[in-house]
Amino acid sequence: MSEGTASPDAMAAEPPSVGMLFLTFLRIALSGFGGALPFARRELVERHRWLGPTEFNDLLSICQLMPGPNIVNMSFCIGWRFQRAAGAAASFLGLILAPCIIGVSLTVLYLHYGQIPLVSAILRGISAAAIGLFLGLGAKMAYAERRSPHILVFAALAFIGAGPLGVPLLAVILFLAPFSILAAWRWSA
Amino acid sequence: MTARDPLLDFTLGVSFLSFLAIGGANAVIPELHRLSVDSGWMSDGMFADLFAIAQVTPGPNVILVTLIGWYVAGFAGASAGTVLMCVPAGICACFMSTLSTRFQASRVRIAIQRGLAALTVGVVLASAYILMGAADNSAFAYALTGAAAVASVLLRANPLVYLLIGGAAGAFGLV
Repeated sequence: MSEGTASPDAMAAEPPSVGMLFLTFLRIALSGFGGALPFARRELVERHRWLGPTEFNDLLSICQLMPGPNIVNMSFCIGWRFQRAAGAAASFLGLILAPCIIGVSLTVLYLHYGQIPLVSAILRGISAAAIGLFLGLGAKMAYAERRSPHILVFAALAFIGAGPLGVPLLAVILFLAPFSILAAWRWSA
Repeated sequence: MTARDPLLDFTLGVSFLSFLAIGGANAVIPELHRLSVDSGWMSDGMFADLFAIAQVTPGPNVILVTLIGWYVAGFAGASAGTVLMCVPAGICACFMSTLSTRFQASRVRIAIQRGLAALTVGVVLASAYILMGAADNSAFAYALTGAAAVASVLLRANPLVYLLIGGAAGAFGLV
């Protein structure tokens, strides 16, 4: 099946059950490091075909536009679409429960053994590399906007405000968003 | 701040934080850092370590909020933080996704999305800036961050590879 076609018949014949939604989002959660979105696309579009490729893009754009973690928003939307409230709850819990348990267990271990120099040295190394991934992500996002000077200008202003100046994020967004959206209305839309 | 209940302060802080998470959970790292370190709940080093643990945990990045909640107020903090960060925003997204598809093509949506995307790019870079200040304490750490950034842009390796290399460099006492 070709990637470009987004027909409603890309959807599974039968809507997934509550248990299936839970298990699928559990899989997505456990296979994704540093963001689960690529894995979500593979499961939802390629493996189960619950969504067509463009349906996935449309849903993702809504989830990115709305506040909140994108993949979490997506778990709510997909669960609701197939099984209403029970489906939304199952998808969300499937996504979040195992990572919470793993993360908290690691934190408990760390709080007991973190004083061991080797453990803190390893964590410092992981931090430094993980921050590099953030930097790389930001660079890739900025590069993707290289043909939109207004986007880069507002990205730079948001960086200076939230980074070096240490302005609270709410103030940065409330102050910059109206101008940034107006600029996008004028030059992007 | 110490006279107040950290659970209450954390819960209030996170419930308003989730609505600032435009473009994903990574966007709230600067604000999480302000909330956790500036209020005296933890040191810069502890924040950096919880960040590292969240990165090696599989699943969504929002787990950093869970871990900070756990550190600040135990089970109650972890649960309240996770639920408040995810559920109200998730329900809003749900309602939005069920609205008319005409919304998809509208010029207003495109302008709002592009305008907010610009701020997201800046805030992700600000997150990296703040984390560097909190976590990178040596020239080698900065070099490792820089090398991981360049490699992640140029290569298409699994992100876990960089975290493993970083951890190994730490284990050998280089960071």
